[in-house]
Amino acid sequence: MMTAATSAPPLGVIEGYRQVTPVVERDGATAEVDATGVYFQQLNETVRRLVAEGATTVRIAGVNGQRYLGAGLAAPGVRIEVHGTAGNDTAMFMDGAEIEIFGNAQDGVGNTMSGGRVIVHGDAGDVLGYGMRGGRVFVRGDVGYRVGIHMKAYEKHVPVLVCGGKARDFFGEYMAGGMLVLLGMTGRDAAQPIAGSFLGAGMHGGAIFVRGTVEPWQCGAEVGISEAGEEHRAALRPVIEEYAAAMDMDTAEILAAPFTRIAPMSHRPYAKLYAPM
Amino acid sequence: MQQTFVQPEFRVKIDYDKCHKCGRCVQQCGWGVYDFTERPIPHDEKCRACHRCVTYCPAHCITIEKNTLAFRDNDNWSADARKAVWTQADSGGVLLTSMGNPKPYERIFDKLVLDACQVTNPSIDPLREPMELRTYLGRKADSVAVEPDGTGGFRLAGDSGVARNIELAVPIVFAPMSYGSVSLNVHRSIAMAAERLGVTMNTGEGGMHEDLYPYQDHIILQVASGRFGLSPEVLKRAAALEIKIGQGAKPGIGGHLPGEKIDRDVSATRMVPQGSDAISPAPHHDIYSIEDLRQLIYALKEASGYRPVGVKIAAVHNVAAIASGIVRAGADYIYLDGFRGGTGATPQVVRDHIGIPVEIAIAVVDQRLRDEGIRNHASIIAAGSIRSSADAAKAIALGADAVAIGTATLLALGCHLCQSCHTGNCSWGITTQRPELTRRIDPEWGAERLTNLVNAWSHELQEILGALGVNAVESLRGSRERLRAIGLDEQTCRILGVKPAGL
Repeated sequence: MMTAATSAPPLGVIEGYRQVTPVVERDGATAEVDATGVYFQQLNETVRRLVAEGATTVRIAGVNGQRYLGAGLAAPGVRIEVHGTAGNDTAMFMDGAEIEIFGNAQDGVGNTMSGGRVIVHGDAGDVLGYGMRGGRVFVRGDVGYRVGIHMKAYEKHVPVLVCGGKARDFFGEYMAGGMLVLLGMTGRDAAQPIAGSFLGAGMHGGAIFVRGTVEPWQCGAEVGISEAGEEHRAALRPVIEEYAAAMDMDTAEILAAPFTRIAPMSHRPYAKLYAPM
Repeated sequence: MQQTFVQPEFRVKIDYDKCHKCGRCVQQCGWGVYDFTERPIPHDEKCRACHRCVTYCPAHCITIEKNTLAFRDNDNWSADARKAVWTQADSGGVLLTSMGNPKPYERIFDKLVLDACQVTNPSIDPLREPMELRTYLGRKADSVAVEPDGTGGFRLAGDSGVARNIELAVPIVFAPMSYGSVSLNVHRSIAMAAERLGVTMNTGEGGMHEDLYPYQDHIILQVASGRFGLSPEVLKRAAALEIKIGQGAKPGIGGHLPGEKIDRDVSATRMVPQGSDAISPAPHHDIYSIEDLRQLIYALKEASGYRPVGVKIAAVHNVAAIASGIVRAGADYIYLDGFRGGTGATPQVVRDHIGIPVEIAIAVVDQRLRDEGIRNHASIIAAGSIRSSADAAKAIALGADAVAIGTATLLALGCHLCQSCHTGNCSWGITTQRPELTRRIDPEWGAERLTNLVNAWSHELQEILGALGVNAVESLRGSRERLRAIGLDEQTCRILGVKPAGL
């Protein structure tokens, strides 16, 4: 046996989690997984295996911050229920499946997501829907900073992200396509403004709808701010209907207030910035 | 309209006695230098000195000269510095250029020489003896176990973790250049060459066009801040994934692929609308720390079935500490891009004044990882700029596992380093999406030229190894004792870990 020179200890498992295959109960196409204390790698491996074996509903109990649930899952028609707190990068790169989270979600939900739907019946953290290019992310409560950064649309892929509560700074920064909706109806803190600063900064595609009003100082320099007219409210309505149905809320009540529409003034915000040599 | 103060940089001279009046120069020029009324009439101010017309003129009657206008001597205000001021006073714009830093900073590679065996330790003739250039990118086990193979020899017990490494037949890979910045025919040429050579090409941040799927086992898919062209499908096709944090030609800034370079096919591959700018933010907005980087590395592993994940950074001041963090974050390789590295578009001020030489970066990163006992956790790819097999050998001796070539790749395909990629009018059909120009590169022809280049460098590497008396490139890696410096100051020698010649 040859041994290499002294080296750092291997990168370990996060404390409090065990590298064990979680307990699974199968009932036809439904699978129940107990995630209590299970390391993310084994948990996600199990979810992928269950989907590959034909499970169409995977119910995961005892989730406590495990990362990457549904990451890279390309599985239209599959439904994953998460009971507990979904960890970072839930549904990252996902395409087609639906994840419903009964609890809060941490950062990065829907990061670079291609399609499918994520429903969060609680609050969600920072960097939701970064670079998202399709599908839906619906959050009942508040969201953190940098939400919807660089969302982009391409042909029939139009990402939509709806937050029932309030958002922090950089909502929709660099946005290149799709739709961001901020309702401000469920926020925890009445004193917090519905959105932070730098709303839509560097935006060059897509549209942001805010229920109520935002001040020009909250917005980036590249956007135009106006009250959503009939044409734009017509585009918003089906999204709100879908959101209200998922959240068991009332569409008419959501739509009872005026919406502010924030949209880019140019698809080429930096075209005049340069002097080509 | 006011006359610009900036005079043409070049003069296009045509010997009309020899000229066939065939108009080929008019047709060849991507920048519209030539009008044609009975004979070609050049407009000097549009010329980029790319020599496309010169190369294809059947009468060899065109020559391009520097427009050597005399200025009153001034060592302080160069002609370029004056020109820059005039240009910016015209438009108020950030000067935009391309390719690598051309400034006369010290070129350390040119001040390093390699050793050779004389008398005491025989050199090896690579033409008649085995000379291994194969190397593996990725994490190596902390220890390996061997067992008898039953025929009197030994074999590895288990795979010792090398199964997930990327095997390279030679330690030269193709550097990331995106489809969008270069044409699809360039990507096809490189992909075919990578497969034939048993090495890898890298998509850059523009996604993987479906025409490249047949070569996917030799393709590294890049994940950059714009997250262009990433779907669960392509993540699982690629041989490995690479998180691009920075680039030597433009450390710390993002990228703007201008709308006019985004045609239907580029739009489909990047999954962005046609005609809109494709903007990559300066940072990844989900990476503000080493812990965040680790999170993305493992997100990519989870989504791709545990493919190797590398991290590309620009060589900057604190590169050794950054590299240590990257390795601890779980990267399988680090890609170090020096300040000479090229690009399809960059602000000139950033290209010319930010970053450090790759030679320094390789040496300090290799040393830091060794000192911390984690050198085996990740491989090092060095780039920016590797101009020859000698540069490659010196980079490996300084501590790199392999080198990547970008500018040399484009040179092999016809690039003349005119630094005009950002215009989208490349007459050689390389950094353009104009169909009448892109068809100038036949992928079969391109692949052959690239294969020739890398094969030539590989033979030269074998010669160098033979002279050094070693029979495997991995024996040269980090072997700085085989390098000596000529004309480098003491401090630089100490940082490089290289003795001056004579010691």
